[in-house]
Amino acid sequence: MLRRSLLRLASTLVTLLGVAVIVFVVIRVVPGNPIAMMLPPGATPEDELRLKALYGLDKSIAEQFFIWLGGVLRGDFGTSISTRQPVLGLVLGRLPATLELSVMALVLAVVWGGALALIGTRFRGGRTEAAVDVGNGMALSVPDFLWGLVLILLFGVLWPVFHISGRISPSLDLPFTTNFYLFESVLRLRFDLWADIVAHMFMPAVALALPLAAIIAQLLKQSLKETMHLDYVTLSRTKGYDETHVITRDALPNAVLPTLTLVGVQFTFLIGGTVIIERLFSYEGLGNMAIDAVINRDLPLIQGIVILFALIFTGVNLIVDLLYTVLNPRLRHA
Amino acid sequence: MSYLHIENLTVGLKGTGDRLLRGVSLSVDAGEVMGLVGESGAGKSMIGKAILGILPRSAEVLGGVIEMDGENLLALPPRLRRQRIGAKAALIPQDPLTALNPSRRIAPQITDRLVDILGWDKARARDRARESLAEVQIPDPDRVLRCYPHELSGGMRQRILIASAFAAEPKLIVADEPTTALDVTVQKQILRLIRDMQARHNTALLFVTHDLGVVAKICQKMTVLYGGMVLEQTDVRSFFKAPGHPYSAALLAATPRHDDPAASLTPVPDHVVQAVRAEVAAADRMQRHG
Amino acid sequence: MLDGRSRVRRRAGLRLWLSGGWLMLAAGAALLAPWIAPHDPLAQDLFAGRMPPFWVQGADPLYWLGTDSLGRDVLSRLLHGARVAFAVALVAGLATAVLGAALGLLAGFYRGWVDMVVSRFIDIWMAFPPVLFAILLIAVMGPGLTSIIIAIVIIDWTRFARVVRAEAMGQGAMDYVASAQVAGRGRFSTLLVEILPNVLPTIVVLLTLEMGIAVIVEAILSFVNLSISTDQPTWGGMIAEGRTSIHQAWWVLVVPLVALFLTVLSFSQLGEGLKDRFDPVLR
Repeated sequence: MLRRSLLRLASTLVTLLGVAVIVFVVIRVVPGNPIAMMLPPGATPEDELRLKALYGLDKSIAEQFFIWLGGVLRGDFGTSISTRQPVLGLVLGRLPATLELSVMALVLAVVWGGALALIGTRFRGGRTEAAVDVGNGMALSVPDFLWGLVLILLFGVLWPVFHISGRISPSLDLPFTTNFYLFESVLRLRFDLWADIVAHMFMPAVALALPLAAIIAQLLKQSLKETMHLDYVTLSRTKGYDETHVITRDALPNAVLPTLTLVGVQFTFLIGGTVIIERLFSYEGLGNMAIDAVINRDLPLIQGIVILFALIFTGVNLIVDLLYTVLNPRLRHA
Repeated sequence: MSYLHIENLTVGLKGTGDRLLRGVSLSVDAGEVMGLVGESGAGKSMIGKAILGILPRSAEVLGGVIEMDGENLLALPPRLRRQRIGAKAALIPQDPLTALNPSRRIAPQITDRLVDILGWDKARARDRARESLAEVQIPDPDRVLRCYPHELSGGMRQRILIASAFAAEPKLIVADEPTTALDVTVQKQILRLIRDMQARHNTALLFVTHDLGVVAKICQKMTVLYGGMVLEQTDVRSFFKAPGHPYSAALLAATPRHDDPAASLTPVPDHVVQAVRAEVAAADRMQRHG
Repeated sequence: MLDGRSRVRRRAGLRLWLSGGWLMLAAGAALLAPWIAPHDPLAQDLFAGRMPPFWVQGADPLYWLGTDSLGRDVLSRLLHGARVAFAVALVAGLATAVLGAALGLLAGFYRGWVDMVVSRFIDIWMAFPPVLFAILLIAVMGPGLTSIIIAIVIIDWTRFARVVRAEAMGQGAMDYVASAQVAGRGRFSTLLVEILPNVLPTIVVLLTLEMGIAVIVEAILSFVNLSISTDQPTWGGMIAEGRTSIHQAWWVLVVPLVALFLTVLSFSQLGEGLKDRFDPVLR
């Protein structure tokens, strides 16, 4: 058990190191010159060299990498070229927005997908299940980017009930001390702000949630239907329980486990999707900042963001592994 | 009036003309054990499933009466029927390894029916679960109640399933090949346990099996089935003396003898199988024209 | 049983026809765009800006699907945009399939150090947000059709490699492979003659799905203004323009969005339909 966990951890670290190396190498062959863009008109070549030395860009890539890695281990991710602020602070400032969006999307996907799976199982073999299948097929065939655009048209323009841009209405006074707006608005009992934030987050969250909801519905329904043939489910029926009770109490807890591992991987895809969805909805999160950083050729910032994403991805997978062990009584006692 | 009375029960495969049970009639009284015998596909477990309302989704009851405790189950609305079955009947399933929910502890799997369907309070149900486990000779019932199924052996789990079936004091139990999945050594103990429990609780027991040796040990009455049709219904003693149907006789000749395993076996001869098939087909024609 | 199965087959057949039909139509339009487009897709007509499509009051019959804010014909831009979409789908899809399947086959069949290296790279790739990775690559290589295709291949080869590796591993463990080897067939020849044909249906299904993904990636890159020069109309570029003028001229967003939606949906349905066709259980 311990050995397995340690191996898992080591493998995760190797993956993270690999991500760092690849990003580092890729962005250093960028043809555009970030330094040139920072120079004022009339700057001399000496000025440029001095600036390059300041950001360490005059050394070899390997040297630069180890300097950067040493900094990272001390918690220093360098300084953003475009804003001249420490990368760590910039990234951590945006992280809460992206986390809140991802978690909201995850919750929506689990609730919606789970409900569809239960309904489809309860009325299996009929029109209801067929309708659920068709809906899932549609949701899976089209990625979050297109769902986002469709939602903008439907609920931002045709029937404008939600905001389609930003994280919170700019006219509002913000009393927040952290960047977890959604969370903090609840803590401060400012439900007016909370409603405004949710009205902003809802569309991007739904766009991100749709494909995942469909996957959950599909896998869970399949797994539930297989479980419904098992003897303990039949035995439960003979005890006098109705179909709904048998599905939720006997089948569901056993059907969730096989779904869980796949949902873990799919959740990382969802987080990856925030990059473009945040752009689409002008939501001020990490992904939006990442695209700006790429366009501005802000090398230290790009590195920081990509590493953070990789950290989140691998972290999610570790958590799912852990959950699987906790939820499975057979492994718990092993 | 018998406790369970089935009249002309017909079960078919949905959407096809195929019939799985062709007008089966039988009666079992309290304290009686009825064996349902036949080869696989004879429809013997289909009878138990029809009674308990757990037919596969592809099958449906086409006609007949299932009367339990003087009430026709098939005439009740589904909800009420389920509750009646839950309150008055129970199943001892075939495979103890798959019949317990792996993610729930043993205690709630025994007490759930007592609390939810029969309306007992939790403490009383817990006491009853403990008593039932003691009754099937499980040592340290309190520990076992806290276990998950995977922590217990197959024989132990079959005992738990038997205890669970008897815990609600049902008047009717359907045992669906309850010893087939077990080791031969365990089989005998479990068989004796079921017989003892049945006698002590004065339950009507329907015992589904393909093993005539088991029938001889436990049943008083028996029904021989082929192709979903009753060929012979008799008491066990006279069956083993002189089977009433040529197919039954062939089946008996094809059964290994427990006292003399070396005795030569004769498989059911082809002409007997053909004759019994013709009989089923003739009954089908009768039914269609009559 | 028979009845249910044939119903599944019929529905799957309809799905294949509908999606295949749309793709043929769109591909044909892309091919013939220079001849069938009613206007120059780049020609601006500032006096005819934001004309609505034909079914809306006030439409100009010269511009069937209306014009954008610079007065460019939406239909012509759509047709020319289809050229980019299908070129990317075809070339990027095939190139990704070849690279990913080759690496997957090698890793799954030879195992050993090849498998270790490939699997490690797959792990690393799984830790990247793909859209960010694509944007990064385009920023590095500069915009252009070739850059987009290379970026898609670099990002998505793992989709093929993961699945093909697992399949090749499964096939490699089967008896017929062992008997081919006993009969004196070489390793590499076994891979080509025995394993590849059995993995091919999976590759074809993945390829169909990948084409849809390639179209989307191209649109996303155009949307963030990193795809191709502004001289070449693209669906993603049209969508980006439409997003900004959504309240004034919704059709500039809706028209390319519908085309993109149907195309992506069709590729994916085609892939799913093919999967059912190839599935021995349903066959």
